[in-house]
Amino acid sequence: MSLTILNVIIAVVIAIGFAALNAAYLVWAERRGAGRIQRRPGPNVNGPLGLLQPLADGIKLMTKQLVIPGGADKALFMVAPVLAMAPAIISFVTIPFSESIVAHSMNIGVLMIFAFASLSGFSILLAGWSSRNKYGMMASVRAVSQNISYEVPMLITVITIVMMTGTMDLKELVAAQSGGIWNWNLIPSLSSPLMPVAFLIFFICSLAETNRAPFDLGEAESELVAGFHTEYGSMGFGLFFMGEYANIVIGASLITILFLGGWGCPLGLFPGVWWFLLKIYMLIFSFIWIRWTFPRTTIYGLLNLSWKILIPISLFNLLLTAGLLKVF
Amino acid sequence: MSGPIHIQPGETFTLNVGPQHPATHGVLRVKMEMDGEYIVKAETVLGYIHRMHELMGENRTYPQVLPNLSRLDYLGALGYTHGHVLAVERAAGIEVPERAEYIRAITVELNRVASHLFWFGAFVMDLGGFTPLMYAIQDREHILDMLEAVTGSRLTYCYYRFGGLYNDIDDDFIAAAKAFIPRMRKSLKKYDALVTGNIIFEKRLKDIGPISAEMCRKYGATGPVARGAGIDFDVRKNEPYSVYPEFDFDIPVYHECDSLARYKVRMEEMEQSLRIVEQGLEKLPDGPIMPAKKPKLIKPPAGDYYQAVETARGSFGIRIVSDGGKNAYRFKLRSPTYSNMSLFDEACEGMMIMDALAMMGSLDLVIPEIDR
Repeated sequence: MSLTILNVIIAVVIAIGFAALNAAYLVWAERRGAGRIQRRPGPNVNGPLGLLQPLADGIKLMTKQLVIPGGADKALFMVAPVLAMAPAIISFVTIPFSESIVAHSMNIGVLMIFAFASLSGFSILLAGWSSRNKYGMMASVRAVSQNISYEVPMLITVITIVMMTGTMDLKELVAAQSGGIWNWNLIPSLSSPLMPVAFLIFFICSLAETNRAPFDLGEAESELVAGFHTEYGSMGFGLFFMGEYANIVIGASLITILFLGGWGCPLGLFPGVWWFLLKIYMLIFSFIWIRWTFPRTTIYGLLNLSWKILIPISLFNLLLTAGLLKVF
Repeated sequence: MSGPIHIQPGETFTLNVGPQHPATHGVLRVKMEMDGEYIVKAETVLGYIHRMHELMGENRTYPQVLPNLSRLDYLGALGYTHGHVLAVERAAGIEVPERAEYIRAITVELNRVASHLFWFGAFVMDLGGFTPLMYAIQDREHILDMLEAVTGSRLTYCYYRFGGLYNDIDDDFIAAAKAFIPRMRKSLKKYDALVTGNIIFEKRLKDIGPISAEMCRKYGATGPVARGAGIDFDVRKNEPYSVYPEFDFDIPVYHECDSLARYKVRMEEMEQSLRIVEQGLEKLPDGPIMPAKKPKLIKPPAGDYYQAVETARGSFGIRIVSDGGKNAYRFKLRSPTYSNMSLFDEACEGMMIMDALAMMGSLDLVIPEIDR
């Protein structure tokens, strides 16, 4: 009994540590990456290659005064940033990094991650609503409609995969794809010829779910100043920032597990955690790349894309796969 | 996207965009009556940085006002000082040597490219793309370096004198300009590949932010805004001044009236300006840069003088009413951005805020020039 409790504590500490480390160093990676893309060095003063920059940022954010605007809903204003960070950390618990490295494997892992991912939309809503700022309010309305419309195609795609593998356990999902690149869900097979399209849909939806450019309508600094976190300073802002990066890691991990064979090697050799990390960081790099290349979409363009293109295609893919699974 | 508006009383709210807002690029304030994301009514509030340049023009001598003109529009300052010297030269009857006129045209066109480059970066940033700004600024830096070498300043130039120039250009400048032109052409191709063909970019601008030719005439809009609405008007062609008739260049005109048309006009204008610079460097005559005989004290005879020039933002006009004294009796500046700005209130009604701010970006506003 005491061993299980110890296990849980260790798992939680590692999950928090991994999330915080990633959040801090992805900010650094993003800024260095943006610098590289824009032909400037990026942060390079604090420590070698600017590696101490996240530490400096953290100290700065922590020592700043937390200003609560007059007329704001105090309780909700404080809760919102925590709600942005917490679900991401909890989601780490169920993600299998390799055969053995998983905090708590459960048979409804996919469901759990999606349940918590929905909460991050909630935090944006609360932040915009409680800060009593018109820009914040508009941003939160946008973010909610965005989250609602992008969860639908995302879940339909997941249902397709669950149907193919017959399990919701993330570990078993990876196990079903083991053996090499030809077994990955990304590669079309006889029963699921549209999987590359499904991968694309899922990738776009993860960008939208994590509020990343070109779908960062909740922030939209050129029209809504800073969107939902306009009124946040100090660590409140810091938590939103870290939450965004933690969510990116979750998104990349999900893509890796669902489509790219998790910890499996493309050639079926030496499966292990390194393959998993390599895949998620390549995906995260592509997220960064896209952010610094594309302009922002409009809110109606975003909703049109989801309801008129992504949802019909993913539904068609679901029906096609269901039919073909019956045939083959 | 504009949509039908059915507003119940009390359902709108007021949104103050500015005076400090990332999209207004300066201290411009737009009071917007909003219905959710839709703009019901917009009211532009100006005057936050009014500096009374016109009054200063009336109680200072003509040479003393010269530096003021470059404080209007800090991105394309040479065009404005060019207008002033041309107006005073016309009033006082001062002859300008040909070499000086050529150098003026070359520097003005380089400055126009610099101004459009900055607009390009800022405009794409308004749409959420940050990277092109960095590329544009890097190209603009070459122009600023070149101009700094001959004019002595990087933004607020006071380079032209009544009758000529402060400083002759040297071989270094000519070599730098000749090297710059092919590099800039390559960059323009790169911008096209990076930005113009981008599907998100196109969707955000095409058929959005309509500014018709009627609206341009109503508010007196000029420059790329009018040329994007199908009005073929450019002061350099329609009321030629300086040595512009000697150059072979085209005026890009688009009839789509949307934000994309205004974007394309400016992108092509950069290419045309490069053509002018190229020809100017080729034809550049030898000779003095200041006239041999010029009046010690500039005292235009009594009269009413007007000179329009095409700046990066449109037609800039200077009206000087002289009573024969050292100072102008009336000094009136017709700034293009002021007219271009005025149509924003009418044009943005019923639009969504993000489209309206994209349209505002396509107007290329420089606030100190509106407020003067």
